[in-house]
Amino acid sequence: MNRQPRKLVILNIVTLILLVAATLVVFLYAPMEAKMGNVQKVFYFHLAAAWVGMIGFSVAVIAGIAYLITNQRKWDIAGLAAVEVSLVFFFIAIVAGSIWARRTWGTWWTWDPRLTSAAIVELVYAAYLMLRQGIEDPDRRARFGAVYAIIAFISVPITFFSIRILRTIHPDLNQSGSGGMGLTPKMLHTLLFSLFVFSFVFADLYWHRLRLGQLTDKIEQLRLKVLE
Amino acid sequence: MSDTPPLTPPSPRASLVAYIHAVWAIIWKDLAAELRSRELVSAMLVFSLLMILIFNFALELDTQAKANLTSGVLWATFAFAGTLGLNRSMATEKDRGCLDGLLLAPVDRSAIFFGKAAGNLVFMLIVEAIILPIYSVLYSTNLFKPGLLLVILLGSVGYVAVGTLLASMAVQARTRDVLLPILLFPVAIPVLIAAVKGSSGFLEGARMDDITPWLNLLAVYDVIFIAVSFMIFDYVVEE
Repeated sequence: MNRQPRKLVILNIVTLILLVAATLVVFLYAPMEAKMGNVQKVFYFHLAAAWVGMIGFSVAVIAGIAYLITNQRKWDIAGLAAVEVSLVFFFIAIVAGSIWARRTWGTWWTWDPRLTSAAIVELVYAAYLMLRQGIEDPDRRARFGAVYAIIAFISVPITFFSIRILRTIHPDLNQSGSGGMGLTPKMLHTLLFSLFVFSFVFADLYWHRLRLGQLTDKIEQLRLKVLE
Repeated sequence: MSDTPPLTPPSPRASLVAYIHAVWAIIWKDLAAELRSRELVSAMLVFSLLMILIFNFALELDTQAKANLTSGVLWATFAFAGTLGLNRSMATEKDRGCLDGLLLAPVDRSAIFFGKAAGNLVFMLIVEAIILPIYSVLYSTNLFKPGLLLVILLGSVGYVAVGTLLASMAVQARTRDVLLPILLFPVAIPVLIAAVKGSSGFLEGARMDDITPWLNLLAVYDVIFIAVSFMIFDYVVEE
């Protein structure tokens, strides 16, 4: 078994400390919002998780294109790790957003453009994983994953745009978007710090997932060699 | 050795003719096979009629079905029937080894994509052409408006372009039958949105100003995804 490299161990500790710090900042430093009260504090981690989830998608596409061009297995591992970790972060963002929505808008979910697109992105991630699951040949699996990542990456902005046109031509009764909240400087600091911390959490989990992917790949190659 | 003239590369015009020839050959193969067995179109057709039946009970459509419900029902039906057709079309290709044969042929891979996509489009249009009059009769609405036909054409083109690419991936997986809808629907949502809004716009007789954004969206989607699918298809079929 490979031991964790030293830098990763340090990253684990740093990330944990930062996460605790971020929680403290959210509860102690950030001011109480006038209308919504305590539940508004969900917003900081909700936005940070969503932001990080979107990065994962971009990483997956870049890795996909790189794989198709170079045919090196490491790009495939990088893409898969990005999608898996982003799937979780995005799910966290959706659930946190639902909790906030329930308290402020009175409903768990609305079909406004951002939420609908978020649901679609989540389903695309899941579809990517299901596609990979159904294919046995590692090389073909990597190629198809890359192809689907590219197709999905192109379609998601078009989807967001088309849902936006849909909702502006037929205005939604639930017009309270998350942009309707003014940010005081302290809130902005808290938000930026949360983004910073969640980037660390993403990097930490991503590194762990990469290592896992490399080990899985090694096992699979050994297994294929034995089966030959 | 006999005096053979040196091989010269074909002129651009000759290559284009050969390319079109190849695409047409693939379309013709699919049409001829379908003409003999009629299994694809009949399956899609019966499935579509059953879907309209189910929607009748699910949505309690009355004989004067409202325009926006009509377009929703039509496009849901077309989407599911289309998936069926795409799946069957690519599955027979793979199972009978036709795909390997096509790949061995001295023809550009993208010609295979265009041939298959065009064939799939023809089948989808045939089914749609049969469903429209049936729906019109069942619900006493006139569906033969030129705008609606345009929307159906644009929507089907986009759907089939992405669908052919994704179907050629899905049939190579173990979970082939369920996988295509899972892959295709999230990616084809712009087509569904624009097609439903465009269709109901034309059926209600809305202003052209309100409908053109949807037509534009369909056209843009079609162009982008025909281009992307045709470029990426190589990576999907290479061995």
